[in-house]
Formats: sequence, C-alpha cells, structure tokens
Amino acid sequence: MMSFVPAVAVAGLRVVRGGKPVLRDVSFEAPRGSVLGLIGPSGCGKTTLMRCLVGVQIVQAGTVTVLGEPAGSRGLRRRVGYSTQIPAVYADLTVRENMRYFGAVLRAPRTDPDRVIEEVGLGDHRDQVVGTLSGGQLNRANLAAALLGEPELLVLDEPTVGLDPVLREELWALFRELSARGTTLVVSSHVMDEAGRTDRLLLMREGEILADASPRELTERTGTADLDAAFLHLIHERAESPA
Amino acid sequence: MSSVMSPAITAATTRRILAQLRHDHRTLGLLVGVPSLLMILLRYVFDTGALFDRIGPMLLGLFPFVIMFVVASVGTLRERTGGTLERLMTTPTGKLDFLLGYAFAFGLLSLVQVGVVLVISLTWLGLDLAGSVASLVLVAVLDALLGMALGLFASAFARTEFQAVQFMPAFVLPQVLLCGLLIPRDSMAPWLRVISDVLPLSYAVDAMQRVSREASFSTSLLWDVLVIAGFTLGALALGAATLRRRTG
Ligand SMILES: Nc1ncnc2c1ncn2[C@@H]1O[C@H](COP(=O)(O)OP(=O)(O)O)[C@@H](O)[C@H]1O
Ligand SMILES: [Mg+2]
Repeated sequence: MMSFVPAVAVAGLRVVRGGKPVLRDVSFEAPRGSVLGLIGPSGCGKTTLMRCLVGVQIVQAGTVTVLGEPAGSRGLRRRVGYSTQIPAVYADLTVRENMRYFGAVLRAPRTDPDRVIEEVGLGDHRDQVVGTLSGGQLNRANLAAALLGEPELLVLDEPTVGLDPVLREELWALFRELSARGTTLVVSSHVMDEAGRTDRLLLMREGEILADASPRELTERTGTADLDAAFLHLIHERAESPA
Repeated sequence: MSSVMSPAITAATTRRILAQLRHDHRTLGLLVGVPSLLMILLRYVFDTGALFDRIGPMLLGLFPFVIMFVVASVGTLRERTGGTLERLMTTPTGKLDFLLGYAFAFGLLSLVQVGVVLVISLTWLGLDLAGSVASLVLVAVLDALLGMALGLFASAFARTEFQAVQFMPAFVLPQVLLCGLLIPRDSMAPWLRVISDVLPLSYAVDAMQRVSREASFSTSLLWDVLVIAGFTLGALALGAATLRRRTG
C-alpha cells in the first residue's frame, strides 16, 4: 500500500443542499492511520462532508479523493466503512441477522459478524431484534456494520452520541486500537470533550473549516485552557477579521 | 457486469427480505390469509358457481398484484427513508441486486400466497378451471411480480408511508376499473378502451380469463404473458433509474 498517498484528500469542496450553500470551499487532508475529528455545532455540515467522503452526496465543485481514488468509486466500496448519524440497520432483524446480511454484501469473512458484535459490546444482544434495542445499543449496532470487512477508512458520524461515559471510553479505546492497526478514522462529534482524543481536529462552522490542527496546537495557538475556549476564540477572531 | 449485479449479493438480499418477513408474523399471515378470505367471501356472495367461475380467476390475478404493490412500495420506501438503501449504495451492492432481491423474495412469497388461495378455490370452493393449474400459477405469480415492480417504482415518488399507501388507489384502482373486470373491455367507449390497452392490469385479467375458459395454452395467452413480463421488466428498469448512489 502506498502510504504516502493520504487516506483522504479534499480540495475546494462546495456543496449546495436545498438551495443553500452547506460546504463552502472545504480543503483538508488526513494521513493514513490517523484519527481525524470533525467537530462543530449541529448544522455546520459534518454529515454532509462525511456523505461526500463515502460518495453519496452530489457535490457542486471540488475534488474528494479517498485512498487514492475518487470518492464513491467502485473499487472503494469494500475499503470504506460508513456509519450514519441516524442508524441505518434493519429494525425488524436481529443484530446478528443484520451483520450477516451486510457482511455477505461486503464479502467479509464468515467470522466477521460475531467479531464486530463483540467489538461494540453487543454480545449479550446478538439475537435481539434491532427495533427493541435501546438508543445507545442501536447506535452501536449501526457502528458494528461499518466495521465489517475491516475497511481501511472508517467514516463514523457521531458514533458515541447517547452513550454513557464507560461505553464511550470503550469505543474510543477501540478507535485508537483500529488506528494503531493502520485504519484511518474520520469521526464527527458536536461535543468538545471528544475532540481531545483525536490526532487532528477540523473545527467547522457554517460550512467552513475554522481550524485544522492537533488538539494541543489549537489550545497553544489560541492561548486557551480548553478546546471549548479555543473554539470560541477562533469564532471571535474570524468575526473581527472578515475575509 | 460485477457492479450491476452479483449472484451472491442478490441471494443475500433475497434471504434478508425473507428473514424480515419471517419476523413479521402478522404481515405474513395477512399476505397469505387475506386473498383466501376474500375468495371465500366472493364464492358465497355470488352464491352461484357459474358467476364465481367467471370472476374468481380474475381476482386470483388481481389480489397478488394489489397486495405486492402495497408491500413492495412501503418496503422500499422504508429502505429509502431509513438510510439502509444509502448504506447499501456505499457497498458493492448493485441496483439490480437490490431489485432482484425483492423480485425473488416476493416471487417466492406470491407462490405461497397463490398456492394457498388456489388450493382452497379448487377444492372447497369448487372453482371450475378449463385451463391448466400451471398456467394459472404462472400468470398469478407474474401478476404479483408486476405489482411488486410497479410498487418499487412508485415508492420513488412517495416521501412518507402515508403517501405510499395512497399510491395504491391512485396506481391500481383506475386499472381495476378499466381492466375488464367490471365491464368487458369491448363494450367500453373507444377512448377508455385505448387507455385500457396500455394498462398492464388489462393483460393480467385477460390472461386469467383465458386460463379459466380455454383448455389449451393459446397464442393469445402467450401474448398476454409476454406483455405482462414486458411491463414488469420495464417497471423494474424505471425503478432502477430511481435508485441513485448520489443524492442532494
Ligand atoms: N436533505 C437536505 N436538504 C436540504 N438541506 C439539508 C439537507 N440535509 C441537511 N441540510 C442542511 O445542511 C446543513 C448541514 O447539515 P448537516 O451536514 O447535517 O450538519 P451537521 O451534521 O453538522 O449537523 C444544515 O443547515 C441542514 O439544514
Ligand atoms: Mg450530522
């Protein structure tokens, strides 16, 4: 694998949804094996950007290159895993039936359904119908489907929403482990306390990237104590010097 | 071809849809029970064997058509709005895998549905059939697939399940009025006749009438069958065109 090709390279990306600009000239890169955080308030365009990465969003301008190929290419469909913000699994099937189906579609190894169910901690619920899972369990079932086939890039849209701190800790441990094995992760969140766990942060606001740096760099550069304060600092800075 | 379809993915999709139905006992019960119940009612409402022999086979073609239309349109609408279709579009699943998965699953289901109604009709209800049972099953399953294909297509125009259910009367009832079930198509006003000529259900009902009256598999019946199959393939192609990998 050519590791010098970034896992994700986005340049000049513009997206219009419902007649309104949602992404305005977004550019960034993510090196292989890194954990990239996509942080910003609800409605700033995180989901839209992730849809661009997996190739299901119509874009107006710009290029999105994933693992060296244009996003959404046929060759990428087994190499990229996507877990949507709103869970996209079959409510009338059990957890295991869901994983078996998506696993078969991805030609993942036969042992993969059980592996991913364990990885997200749903072992006790594997034969439960998805429609009867709690919100947090449903989120994890949705996440598990993205892990099938060990994709090289994982695009996870708010994977830890609605989870208690213990589970959230476990999932972040899993993400770090995957990254250590060489998987690239793009993880979105609208809460700042998750941002500190990433290698790199994209702070987004109203379809623009306010900052692209490591959590440490951000607090240092803005001279603030935490990321929340850094985010506010950047917004004020931007307001004072309109481009 | 690999992107258009893969037998393994189509088979997995068929199994998944059947598994969903297996979990939904009530829907399964309604799918198999309602047509049978309606046939039994029909038999005793008419109360004369001759009338039942004339109308019964037509309804045997109509029920699977209507029911599969509703089930397929609501089922695929759920996939569109629930995000599962979008998830599948990020995987190697081809549009044809998705559509054929539904076609095989519902084809199998309609076989069971038609089988049960047919057994009840031929034994208990004493339906008199001139043609062969095989050709009746063939036509009925084709009608079911036609309903399914039209339902898949119609679901692209619905935003909610309420709308999808409303499409049933909108797509289906005009066809029922014009298909020759209520009034023979020959005695319709010419402009209505022309409309009924381009509606698929007219051929479905015509085929059923032939199976009930003609002992042999005539050329006219073959034509009906080909027209129904053509409409089904056309609707599937239109349905495929409404499945988009990229959306706004
Ligand atoms: N299907 C859609 N049609 C029109 N506008 C949309 C659609 N989906 C999202 N938007 C708009 O795009 C903007 C960004 O949305 P989204 O990417 O979901 O943000 P986030 O994930 O950061 O909350 C919002 O203003 C939202 O209202
Ligand atoms: Mg979002």
